[in-house]
Amino acid sequence: METLITILAGVLVTVATYLILSRSLIRVILGTAILSHAAHLLIMTMGGGLKIGSVPILGEGNGTFVDALPQALILTSIVISFAVTAVALVLAYRTYQETGTDKLDELRGMKHE
Amino acid sequence: MTLLHWATISPFLLAIVIPFFFKYFKRIHTGWFVMILPLVLFIYFLSLIPVTSSGEVIVRSVPWVPSLGINFDLYIDGLSLLFVLLITGIGTLVVLYSIYYLSKVKEKLNNFYVYLLMFMGAMLGVVLSDNLIVIYVFWEVTSIASSLLISYWFHREKSTYGAQKSMFITVFGGLSMLGGFSLLYVMTGTFSIREIIANVDLVTGSALFLPAMILVLLGAFTKSAQFPFHIWLPDAMEAPTPVSAYLHSATMVKAGIYLVARLTAVFGGSAEWFWIVTITGLTTLMWGSVSAIRQKDLKSILAFSTVSQLGLIMSLLGVGSAAYYFNEGDNALYTVAILAAVFHLINHATFKGSLFMTAGIIDHETGTRDIRKLGGLMTIMPVTATISLIGLASMAGLPPFNGFLSKELFFTAMLNVTEYGIFNLETFGVILPIVAWIASIFTFAYCLIMFFKTFTGKFKPEELDVDHVHEAPFGMLISPIILGLLVVLFGLFPNILAYTLIEPAMAAILPGILEPGQVFDVYIHHWHGFVPELFMTFGVVILGTLIFTTMKKWSQSGFYQGERDIFNHVYDGGYAGLINGAQGVTRVQMTGRLRDYFIYMCSFIIIILGYTIYRYDVLSFDTSNLSPIDPYMWVISIIFIGSVVSVPFINNRIGVIIVTGVVGFVVALMFVVFRAPDLALTQLLVETVTVVLFMLAFYHLPKLKKEPVNIRFNLFKLFIAVGFGAIMTLVSISAFTMGGEAGFASISDYFTENAKELAGGYNIVNVILVDFRGLDTMLEILVLGIAALAVVTLIKLRLKGSEDV
Repeated sequence: METLITILAGVLVTVATYLILSRSLIRVILGTAILSHAAHLLIMTMGGGLKIGSVPILGEGNGTFVDALPQALILTSIVISFAVTAVALVLAYRTYQETGTDKLDELRGMKHE
Repeated sequence: MTLLHWATISPFLLAIVIPFFFKYFKRIHTGWFVMILPLVLFIYFLSLIPVTSSGEVIVRSVPWVPSLGINFDLYIDGLSLLFVLLITGIGTLVVLYSIYYLSKVKEKLNNFYVYLLMFMGAMLGVVLSDNLIVIYVFWEVTSIASSLLISYWFHREKSTYGAQKSMFITVFGGLSMLGGFSLLYVMTGTFSIREIIANVDLVTGSALFLPAMILVLLGAFTKSAQFPFHIWLPDAMEAPTPVSAYLHSATMVKAGIYLVARLTAVFGGSAEWFWIVTITGLTTLMWGSVSAIRQKDLKSILAFSTVSQLGLIMSLLGVGSAAYYFNEGDNALYTVAILAAVFHLINHATFKGSLFMTAGIIDHETGTRDIRKLGGLMTIMPVTATISLIGLASMAGLPPFNGFLSKELFFTAMLNVTEYGIFNLETFGVILPIVAWIASIFTFAYCLIMFFKTFTGKFKPEELDVDHVHEAPFGMLISPIILGLLVVLFGLFPNILAYTLIEPAMAAILPGILEPGQVFDVYIHHWHGFVPELFMTFGVVILGTLIFTTMKKWSQSGFYQGERDIFNHVYDGGYAGLINGAQGVTRVQMTGRLRDYFIYMCSFIIIILGYTIYRYDVLSFDTSNLSPIDPYMWVISIIFIGSVVSVPFINNRIGVIIVTGVVGFVVALMFVVFRAPDLALTQLLVETVTVVLFMLAFYHLPKLKKEPVNIRFNLFKLFIAVGFGAIMTLVSISAFTMGGEAGFASISDYFTENAKELAGGYNIVNVILVDFRGLDTMLEILVLGIAALAVVTLIKLRLKGSEDV
């Protein structure tokens, strides 16, 4: 299972990288959102979270639990990446309002001062 | 802090209060307050002559950074004393001269004297310090003070150009020198020059000997304007004339000479030192004297002549270092070069100082220094003309002035070289006196040009800007008169210097050569009999005069027209090239496109990780530790890959949001499979909110346009993306395998066991979040809060241009 999830994460990274290299600001933000999924899946896998065991709630199952630490880390990470995505999105919205474009090439700013 | 230390830093202390004198005593020229100090110091150091001439040294130590071996140790022997007397003596005269030269109404005298005192203190520190690091510190202060003084009239473009150039070149040398000093420390374990000389075997036997030597010499050569680093000196002539007289003829440019003389005891005796110092010196001598005759500006002539004379002293120090090769007492065959160097050092300081001052007087009284406009000043300015004549005759090497004596000694030293019988000198050595002789001819020629073009011929008042040309005020003449008198005095009675200054200085340059109690025999003769040196002098006079008389012919040539040194083009071109090159590099890599920067980052990560995997062969894959795959995972995976891969190809706004949402929900589903209920819940909620947010934003955003089709770039993007994804996958798989092999148990057992006991909770994840690792959660809440505020601010705050306060 770990290998499968790692490969899935690799696909996510590939697509995210491809999106970040786009010309459109929105695709870049979508790319970062997808990149964070890859990170979460990798934390889960690397932290040994896929081992056989029951839900990490005491009293459940037969006494072996999956690793709870990576879950806690991912939970923190999900919230933070949500916050960052929200800010980036609003930033993109305001950028479009002010400059009238969402094309990164047109947002290059002034030529050499 | 001893008296000597206070004496050394006294110029800095005085520099602090000088601006107050300038501000509150407007009626008195600030220079008078300044002049007292070098005069007192000069008298104080004069009183130390009996100490050094009896072979004693004075050592005063004050700890500065003892843990690093850096101490403010002062050390006075013959060489240091000679230099401090030059610095304070000529310093006094220069300050006196500047009082009459610079107007107390028009000029910013506070700046001038602060810089000058700063320079004086730094120079005293350089020549008195025993510690290499302390020398370096003072050395750089001289560079800074010199640049400040060159750019004293900073509104002139040429001044700032000259200051910048001298700064670049001397600081380049200074930093090299610091490298050399560090290598000396590596070899000997001490920064003290005395201790390094005492342990000189450690240096001569070391593999670092040559690098250290070259680095130190770079410092000395740049400071002393040796070929090809001499180009800063002519441009430094934009400084006020007292500065040129003081810094760029008598003191600062001799700091490199001092360093070479001081370290002869460390590096001397080796063929490399001998050849590098000698050849650089002779090249500089030749180049400077040839360049000087084509200058049209009095100060430029003097600048190139300074370059040339410094080369002369440097070559003598190089030749004299052979004394260490033989290391046998007072053998005049080998030590006469050092004698000539020390003697010429004194002579040059006297006559060059007076010549700069007279050039300044001419400039001050006529408004020009261009020899094409000057002429016939002899009857108008008789005193200036007399002093100039004395100085120029001495520089040209005519009897009975002191320059004649040192030039004879110079020829003697160069002629002796063929008799050394080392370093192939019996064959190549004959070149040395020939070069020296030819250079002396040119020296004679430019001295003639300077005198006759300025003081004889027709007086051309129509070319001058001033109405009435007259002799300078007496105050301005005092200093050059004193220096001119010294030229005559040292010329007629050279031996008043012999055992007071020259012999102790020689003993300091060549420590360990003499037996205890022995002294160098430095009786300087006027008349040697009909020896080769005398005929060489005749030749110099005859051929030099020939060059001057045929000046009309060769002055038409392009050689004479091109004043600028060819190395200036190298410097300017290199400087412009450096700037253009740096701009070009920046323009290529700093495109302003996010895409390009991301490509750099990804490529770098791919290359560095790929190379590391290849280099250390860490790719490993082990199936033993893996969990089994549930059959339904395959279905989930296929949906997942399908939705993920389709994201870049969708060009519909709503479609792309929905598919991205699908990816998020599949991730949530995976969390369910991985038995992470809290994660699944959070992921579902967050994904929902994110999708809503995207919808909101997209309502205001334009339609997604199809990415412009650029097959090559898209393939490149794909290549980078696949490479990045693949490398991440490989690293993850290897890391997982190795994590299994490392054999460390997870820390999570602790959380499982203690969640109930210590925290009183059943949900282990929640207990970790709010109890065991509560700090993370607190700051995560902070992040969310900041994000919320940022969103509000971005939407609400609409300041334009200058409205934001």
